[in-house]
Amino acid sequence: MSREGVTLENPYRRLKEEQVELIHHTSLELLQDPGVLVFNEEAVSLLADAGAKTTLTKEGEYEAWWVSIPPAVVQSAVESAPSRVVMGAREPDNALVLDAREYRVHFGTGSETNFWLDIKPESFVSEENKDNRRVFPSITKRRGTVSDLCRSAHLAENLDNLDFFLRNVNIQDPDITESNKDVNKFFASLNNTTKHVMGGLTDFKQMDSVLQMAEIIAGGREELLQNPLISFITSVIKSPLQVVDETAAKLMAVARLGLPVVISSSPQGGSTAPIEEAGMVAQVNAEVLTGIVINQLARPGAPVIYGAVPVRARMDDLHDMYGVPEFVYYTTSCAQMASYYGVPCYSSAGVADARVPGMQAAAEKMFAHATAPRAAPDLVHYAFGLLEKTNTFCPEQAVLDNHHIGMVKFLFRDPEITGEDMERVKKTVGEVMKSPHRLYARYARRMLRKGGIFPSYPFEGDKDDQDETLLQAHERVKEIMEKPPQHLPEEVCRKIFDQVEGLLPRINPYGG
Amino acid sequence: MSAEIIDRIVENVLQGRRDSEDEGVDEGYYGQPGVTELVKEALGKEVPLEKILSDGLSRGMTMVGQKYETGEYFIPDMLAAAEAVAAAMEVLEPQLLESGRQEDRGKVLIATVEKDQHDIGKNLVCIMLRGAGFSVVDLGINVPAKRIAEAAASEKAGLVGLSALLDTTMPYMRSTIEELEKSNLRDRVKVMIGGAPTSDSFAREIGADAHGKDAFAAVKIAEKFLPGEGNR
Repeated sequence: MSREGVTLENPYRRLKEEQVELIHHTSLELLQDPGVLVFNEEAVSLLADAGAKTTLTKEGEYEAWWVSIPPAVVQSAVESAPSRVVMGAREPDNALVLDAREYRVHFGTGSETNFWLDIKPESFVSEENKDNRRVFPSITKRRGTVSDLCRSAHLAENLDNLDFFLRNVNIQDPDITESNKDVNKFFASLNNTTKHVMGGLTDFKQMDSVLQMAEIIAGGREELLQNPLISFITSVIKSPLQVVDETAAKLMAVARLGLPVVISSSPQGGSTAPIEEAGMVAQVNAEVLTGIVINQLARPGAPVIYGAVPVRARMDDLHDMYGVPEFVYYTTSCAQMASYYGVPCYSSAGVADARVPGMQAAAEKMFAHATAPRAAPDLVHYAFGLLEKTNTFCPEQAVLDNHHIGMVKFLFRDPEITGEDMERVKKTVGEVMKSPHRLYARYARRMLRKGGIFPSYPFEGDKDDQDETLLQAHERVKEIMEKPPQHLPEEVCRKIFDQVEGLLPRINPYGG
Repeated sequence: MSAEIIDRIVENVLQGRRDSEDEGVDEGYYGQPGVTELVKEALGKEVPLEKILSDGLSRGMTMVGQKYETGEYFIPDMLAAAEAVAAAMEVLEPQLLESGRQEDRGKVLIATVEKDQHDIGKNLVCIMLRGAGFSVVDLGINVPAKRIAEAAASEKAGLVGLSALLDTTMPYMRSTIEELEKSNLRDRVKVMIGGAPTSDSFAREIGADAHGKDAFAAVKIAEKFLPGEGNR
C-alpha cells in the first residue's frame, strides 16, 4: 500500500504540443550555446566523457568550465531516468509511488522558514466602548528552533492531506552549528512522523551521518534502498544556468547511493530568469535537464525527480512573489515539460506572500492550490503553512491549508455520470415529484454516507460580527499537539544516539 | 414478540425508512419492511398503541436526535426519520382519533404568507412537526391572511406557523395576526413565525408569540404551546 494522493484523469495542459516542442528545443539550444557554467570539476569530467565540449575559465577566485551539452547527451539522460520512483516511509502505508505516467498528485510541506508564528487567543477591550470585549488571535513571530521542527513533523503526521514531510523550519538554536544541523534536522523529522521525509543537506560532510541514521531506522543499507524513507533535495543550479560546486558533489553522491533526489531549480522571473513565460520555462527546463544529465551520468537509472520552482520577482523590491497568476503559468508549464520527459515532477503551490494568516493569505494560497496541482505534478511542496513568501511557518495556517487541500482534492474528482446513475436519477425524480413536499433530502443520504458530500467548513465561528477562523484553527492545533507523537522505538533511538554524532540530547524522547 | 417488532420499528426510524421501497442510512435495507409496514404488523399483533408510539416511534426519534447532536446524523437523516414517523402516524390515524389524543392536543396550521412562493423552510417545519407527533395542516404557499384565519377556526388549530422568505412579504405576517384578532381567535391560537428575514425582534414587533430560527426550534415552540402526550 502507498498513499493515495489524488489522481487526475485529465490533467490541465497549458501548453499546446508545438509549444512543448518549442520549449524543449530552445532548452537544448541554450544548453549548447551559451551552455552551462559548471563549478564542479568531477561533473565537468563526466560531461566531457559523455561528449560535452568544455572550456576552462576563471570566475573571480574560482575555476569554472563553460560546458556545451549536446542534445544526444540530454536525450540519453532523460531516457535512462526512471518514470517510476518509490519514496518510502517509516510506516510502509505512507510510502509514495511517483509515476510520471499516472498523474497522481501528493501534497507536502516545504521551505526552511526562518520564522515561526505562535498564535495565542488574547482578550481585548475597545477603547471607544469598554463593554466591547473581544478575543482575538495574538500573533508572535520568532526564529525557528529544533523543537519547532519536532512539533511541525508531529503536526504533519496528523494532517490527513499531507503526504510527505520536507523539513520546513530552519533550526536556529544557539547550539545548532553547520556541523550538526543536518543530523538534528533529519532526526527531528524522522522521530516525529511516519511519513516520507525529504531534506536538503547544509553540509556535505554530514551526509554519511544522515545516511547512518536512516539505515538504523530502515534496518540496514539494503533495507533503506528498498524502502527509501528519506530523499534529498539538491539546489544544484544557481540561476541562470550555473552548476554549484558542492551541490553537484551531493547530487552525484546521492545518485551513486541510489536514493531519490530532487533536482530543484528556482529562478526568479525578472532577475535570474526572463520574466516572460516562454523564457522562464525554457531556462528552468534547461537547468533541470542539466541536473538530470549529471545525475544520470553519475549513475544511469538513478531515481531522480524534475524539480521546478520558478517564481516571479516583485517589481517594487525584487522579492519573490508566489501569489500572482504568473507563478501558476510557470509552474503548470514546467509540470507539463516533466511529463513530456516522463520524469516524476516536484512542483509547488500554496505559498502566501501575506505575512500573517487572513484574507490575503487565504486568497493567494487557495488560488494556487486550486490551479497549479491541476497540471498533475507528482509532488506539490510548499503546500502547508507558509507565509511571507517562504520565510514564515504557522501551524494554524498549516491546519487551514490541510482542509483547503482537501477541498481541492475533492474538486479534482472526476464526474460520476453513467447510465446506471441516470437510471437512479429518473427513479428518484419520479418518486420525489409524487411525494408531499417534493424534497430530495432523504436521497442525499446515499452520497453523504459514501463520502460524496464535502463537509461544511470546520473552522467556522458563530459570531455575526467577527471572523473566528484562526481561533478555531488554533483549537485544532492544540488538539493535535496533545496527541502522543509517533516516536521511533526506544531501541532505535538509543542506537542512533550511540552511533550518530552531533545529535542534541534534548531531542531524544527517551532522555539522554 | 412485541419487543422484537418495537425494536424493528426503532431500527427503521433510525434508518429513515417509510416503507420497503426506501433505502436506509446503511446498505441492505431495500425490500425489507419499513416503519409503516411494521406499524401495521404491530397493530395486527395487538401491540398497544401506547407502546408503538412511545417505545417505537418516539424512542426512535429521540435516538435520531441524539445522533444528530453528536454529529453522526445530518439534516437529511433527521428528515428521513421524521418522514418515516409521519407516515406511521397516518397509518395510526384511526387509532389516534379513537383514543382522542389528537383532539386534546390541538393542531398546528402552517402556511407561507400571501405573495410568497417559498416553501422549503415551511416544508421542513411540517416534516419535523409531524415526525414529533403533531397533527399538521399545511395550507401551502401564497396563502392570504383571511384564508389562514378561516382555516385556523375550522381546523381548531392551537398554533399557527407563518413562513416568509422575502422582506417584502413579511408585512403579511402582521396582517395575518390582525386577521386572527378580527376573527376573535387570537386568545386561543398561538402564532409562531419563521424564515430567513424574520427575527425575535420582528416577532415581538408584530405581536407573534414566538420566532423559530429553524425547524428544530419550531418543534420546541410547538411542544411549549401545545403540551400533551402526542406520540411521546
